[in-house]
Amino acid sequence: MMKAWVAHHLHSLKIAAEQFRAAPVAALFTVLVIGVAVSLPAGLYVLLANLERAAGGVKPQAEITVFLKDAVDENTARTLGTSLKKRALVADARFVSKADGIKHLEDAGLADIAAGLPENPLPHTLVLTPMDTAPVAMAALTAKLKGNPDVDRILMDSDWIKRLAALMQLGRDLVGMLILVLGVALAAITSNTIRLQIYAQKDEIEVARLIGATDRFIRRPFLYFGGIQGLAGGLAGWLLVGCGGWLLEKSVAQVAAAYGSQFHLAGFNLREAALLLLLSTCLGWLGAYFSVSRALREND
Amino acid sequence: MTTPALIEISEVTKRYPGGHEAVSQVSLAIAPGEMVFLTGHSGAGKSTLLKLIAAIERPTTGHIMVNGQNVGRMKRPALPFFRRNIGLIFQDHKLLYDRTVFDNVLMPLHIQGVIGPDAARRVRAALDKVGLLGRERARPITLSGGEQQRLCIARAIVSRPALVLADEPTANLDDAYARDIMDMFRAFNEVGVTLIISTHDQDLIHRYGGRRVTLAYGKLVQ
Repeated sequence: MMKAWVAHHLHSLKIAAEQFRAAPVAALFTVLVIGVAVSLPAGLYVLLANLERAAGGVKPQAEITVFLKDAVDENTARTLGTSLKKRALVADARFVSKADGIKHLEDAGLADIAAGLPENPLPHTLVLTPMDTAPVAMAALTAKLKGNPDVDRILMDSDWIKRLAALMQLGRDLVGMLILVLGVALAAITSNTIRLQIYAQKDEIEVARLIGATDRFIRRPFLYFGGIQGLAGGLAGWLLVGCGGWLLEKSVAQVAAAYGSQFHLAGFNLREAALLLLLSTCLGWLGAYFSVSRALREND
Repeated sequence: MTTPALIEISEVTKRYPGGHEAVSQVSLAIAPGEMVFLTGHSGAGKSTLLKLIAAIERPTTGHIMVNGQNVGRMKRPALPFFRRNIGLIFQDHKLLYDRTVFDNVLMPLHIQGVIGPDAARRVRAALDKVGLLGRERARPITLSGGEQQRLCIARAIVSRPALVLADEPTANLDDAYARDIMDMFRAFNEVGVTLIISTHDQDLIHRYGGRRVTLAYGKLVQ
């Protein structure tokens, strides 16, 4: 009995494979359509993962710029810097003197403006790198710094981190929504192709039922077909995302180079790819299941 | 009747949507091993009665017991297993033209999980009984009408059912072919298979004897 069960599974698989061979062009197009449907959320996911990685490279540079009062001289400022460095919350404290500040401006291409100034208006500055870049920790650190009498103004660039995090969350939600919508589309596409197949094989199904085939027996080859089609569609989607990444690689490298970064696009890792294929296979299978079950009930 | 009936039909009515009553208040008992001819004009309800026995249709009222099972109330999942005990022969054969003679006969065994050399042996035995052993690689479309009907019979008997229902098996066949088929049925009956054969060919019934049940406009005629 076990042997018969295995034999029937193999047989169903063979029937499913024959379906592909019988109409290779139609099957190819369906797989492509599924591939495109898969590639949209998958591509957005990859894009997001890359953005997050790129942003991750920037995150440690989250800095707190502390402008000291004009009255504070260079020595006091340096001492303050070294004492701050020893604090647990501070990873690094860099001293930027008045003179260095103006040089920075000149380096940044603002030499004309710098030259036009009657005297150096910049205060001595300390640039702190916090240990913890979480907004709460940053806020705690700035509160402490504000208590210091030498400190004039504090500039914290954590707002853009918050904005980036919010945008990323929006992106993730979008991916989730796309997965949902296009997952339904994938099941529907499969369901439709299976419906056509059922129609083409309605004689066979009728005879099989008359001579005692269970629903499960009739359903099995279609389920295999749906699953294989979903898997092939998932592979196509993966390939599409890969091709897209390959095409964009050069321009991304250019953009990265312009920002002085060595950033490279990354595709799916093995786990993500496996998940993608598993999901598309399951959805194909599910579409087939619904389609056949409906057809079987209709013919009662 | 001393032997318990294999099929017991009590006051069965089948009304189709629209109000047409194909079978009205039919009661009938058939004992194991009987060979019954179901006759009547076309549209008298012969096919419907056979479909009711095979649970292809369900009765509107009344009930049908086959082998102690209430066919009309049978749950959907139980139907396939019930049908495996019945050999069905159709007027239009219902063969699958995209597969060989051999594969057509193999189908019921395959469905029941019989595979390998055992299945092949049984398929050949069934084909041998209907005289199609040499044609196992042929496609059904290349067979004559009589051969297609024989192929349908081989498929019906390959799983060795105790009950065979044949709906107008000789309708489209000339006399020699029809006699061929009837001889086969008689041979099955002699080894204990219960047969219900619907036909409007009176000559055939006269020649082969057996019990005759006549239907007219859905009602039993005694």
